[in-house]
Amino acid sequence: MQEIVQYLFSGITTGAVYAVIAVGLSMLYSSTELINFAHGEFVMIGALAMVTLWVRIGLPLPVAMAGAVAAGCLLGLMFERFAIRTARNPEPITLIIITVGASIFLKGVAMIIWGKDPFSMPAFSSHESIEIFGAALLPQSIWIVTAALVLAGGIHLFLKQTLTGKAMVACAVNKKAAWLSGIPSEKMGILAFGISAGCGAVAGIFIAPITMSSYDMGTLLGIKGFCAAMIGGLGSLWGAFAGGLLLGILESMGAGLISSGLKDAIAFVLLLLILYIRPGGLFAAKEAKRF
Amino acid sequence: MIQSEPAPAIRAKQILEVQDLTKMFGGVKAQDQISFSIEKGIVCGLIGPNGAGKTTLFNMITGIYRPDAGKVVFNGRDIKKTPVHKLVKAGVARTFQHVELFSSMTLLENILVGMHVRTQAGFWAAVTRLPAMKREERQSRRRAEELLEFTGLCADAHKMAGDLPAGRQKTAQIARALASEPLLLLLDEPAAGLNPVETHALGKLIQKIKQSGITMMLVEHDMSLAMGMSDKVVVLDQGKKLAEGTPRQIQRNEAVMSAYLGNG
Amino acid sequence: MTDNKKTIWIEYLVFICAVSVFGLATENTYYLQIMTFIGINTLLALGLNMLMGYTGQVSLGHAAFYGIGAYTTAILSGTYGMNPWLALVCAVAAAVLIAFIVGLPTLRLSGYYLAMGTLGFGMIVNIVLREWAGVTGGASGFVGIPMLEAGALVFMSGAGYYFLVWGIVFAAMIICRRLLASRTGRALRAIHDGENAAVAIGINTHFLKLEIFMFSAALGAVAGFLYAHFVLFISPESFGFMFSIKIVTMVVIGGMASVWGALLGAAVLTLLPEVLHGFAEYEMIVFGLILMIVMIFMPQGLTRGIMDMIRTAGRARA
Repeated sequence: MQEIVQYLFSGITTGAVYAVIAVGLSMLYSSTELINFAHGEFVMIGALAMVTLWVRIGLPLPVAMAGAVAAGCLLGLMFERFAIRTARNPEPITLIIITVGASIFLKGVAMIIWGKDPFSMPAFSSHESIEIFGAALLPQSIWIVTAALVLAGGIHLFLKQTLTGKAMVACAVNKKAAWLSGIPSEKMGILAFGISAGCGAVAGIFIAPITMSSYDMGTLLGIKGFCAAMIGGLGSLWGAFAGGLLLGILESMGAGLISSGLKDAIAFVLLLLILYIRPGGLFAAKEAKRF
Repeated sequence: MIQSEPAPAIRAKQILEVQDLTKMFGGVKAQDQISFSIEKGIVCGLIGPNGAGKTTLFNMITGIYRPDAGKVVFNGRDIKKTPVHKLVKAGVARTFQHVELFSSMTLLENILVGMHVRTQAGFWAAVTRLPAMKREERQSRRRAEELLEFTGLCADAHKMAGDLPAGRQKTAQIARALASEPLLLLLDEPAAGLNPVETHALGKLIQKIKQSGITMMLVEHDMSLAMGMSDKVVVLDQGKKLAEGTPRQIQRNEAVMSAYLGNG
Repeated sequence: MTDNKKTIWIEYLVFICAVSVFGLATENTYYLQIMTFIGINTLLALGLNMLMGYTGQVSLGHAAFYGIGAYTTAILSGTYGMNPWLALVCAVAAAVLIAFIVGLPTLRLSGYYLAMGTLGFGMIVNIVLREWAGVTGGASGFVGIPMLEAGALVFMSGAGYYFLVWGIVFAAMIICRRLLASRTGRALRAIHDGENAAVAIGINTHFLKLEIFMFSAALGAVAGFLYAHFVLFISPESFGFMFSIKIVTMVVIGGMASVWGALLGAAVLTLLPEVLHGFAEYEMIVFGLILMIVMIFMPQGLTRGIMDMIRTAGRARA
């Protein structure tokens, strides 16, 4: 029993990180109909930027965090400007290869800057772990889940309550109609990219203390984020969140109860299952898009 | 005729029956309980102000949209769940308002690909090039050339489809649709963008097609063409069927007049 | 029509001459080896080229089919002593079956879904190859793959294998060409030119995309088979994500929907690491940049893009 609770805790922790990654991906998709294969690299940038700013240089924690998020957002905006907007043929096949190329490029650059060796990062607060039901709950976990909820909640309020947010939703639902109503879809795209990249960076900041950070951590995380977003239904904010938590818990349970070597395979198998059975996602009612 | 996959036989007197067809997009009723029928061999005109739902109706008859309620019965069979490619095989063909010829192919090749459902050479036949496959190719080419002659496009057979002038592209689209040997041909604004000479030629072509036994339904804004060509007219307005009858009856129908002149 | 046929035969003749001359004249086994690898990579690029060029779908896990081909033959002929040629049939069948399973749900949807599906699937295959150590040898690889024989002939590395590979490449090219010149090819080109119109004239686009995906998987498996019996030792590293990306890069460089483009792309990508020998660390940056820049400015592929530029430049001057 105690073991299961332990797996549950670690599952919720990683799940919250996946949730943030998935939210960023899903939000970008719902605003621009683009699936960004380089999303995982924003997570990587966030993590490695934290390593440099907080651990190496020694800036205060909030400053380092802000710096890492800013780095991610800036990268996202540059990416949108130079890679996406200039593309002559915005068909899915073209955009897929562009974002995949960007992903590899960023990995290569990161490898040059930070090298191949992974970095570890200490937890944000050095409190002792709390004991619940005989299992240890790390304070870092509380940080992560809180941050994830705050982020998701913030985006939710942004989309529902603010004018800009509502404009973004309008763009996602019907770009032409939104454009006719005077909503600048180009600006919306830029904003969406910025927020999406920022989400990625936040996820990176929070995952860095619990795993090792390295130049190639992004690929796997990006795919898992996509898997989580798919589980919840592409384009659904809370679906992505729930999908992330679900994935984290299933991974943790699977690794703990079955085999740790197959941990990564769980996400991929889930992905294929979702594609097969319910490409629209478990929670969304809409069918998956055709062309 | 190509021996490989012959066109189906006509089973019913009414080639198309639409019953209480309804389609919603979000909260908007694009089609509201539309019912009418078309006998085989006639030309049926579909008219109505912009936004009346004509193209939506076409899309439902050709299987692109699924109705939310009501039935579409083609040649005696309910086609509600039939995928588009099976529907074409069953004998429904259409053209689009904005011509979509295949630009990397010649006109002849466009016609050949229009015959896709009436031929069967698949992956293995293509790779092994057995005599049966070559025979089918020869027959297809002969049939394609016949079609080009029928539609008056012989001279352009080996030109790239995208290089043809707009008017001939529209005719080419009709030829490509005819290649699938349809029982019912739906033409979406075939006269749009044509000058009077071309429109006249189009009228003649439609007559020729009718004489060959193919039933047609056309959406057309050009009233004289629509009324002049059609044996029967169906009028739509705001998703509802306003009237159904011969052109003469429609011209005298007050509700139709007010829809066009009044609210438009 | 006959004009086109003549050009095709001339192209084939040039190809056969070039391959034969090189094979017979070169004594340097290193060069022969490189050329053999180019041939194997051409098979991979050909399959993906058909998929990307005509159906507009990307497979980001193509190395998985390569790996399935290699490991199936390695296990069947190495561990179980099956006749390698029979193992080839099994390898192709396995790849085609898996392509069917992965493609069936995903090809119905937009391009992103197959991309993600193949990405995930590629990762799964990689994990299986690494973890199922009892069967595959795990991360340390599989040793003891037998050489290929045909009667009295033994295909060792060198000129013998070179000609075997290029013979199969030639056959694959003919198959692709025949496919494109047929009813199926017209349907494929229709999908490429306008998918909505292709659907409207009755083409079962889903089925066709699935067929091409399965075909590309088959070619990938053949490439894997040839690779395994060439190097006689395989490990999961060669069949990972980075290699899948390399295959995509081959198609991007060579130009999509182009049979010779596949050969060109494979050649460039096989030779590039030899040229960049001292700069291995920059490999990812180079690949990433190539993919991005080519796809942003020349979405039809590099060769097509360059040819278009030359054509417009020529027209401007005239």
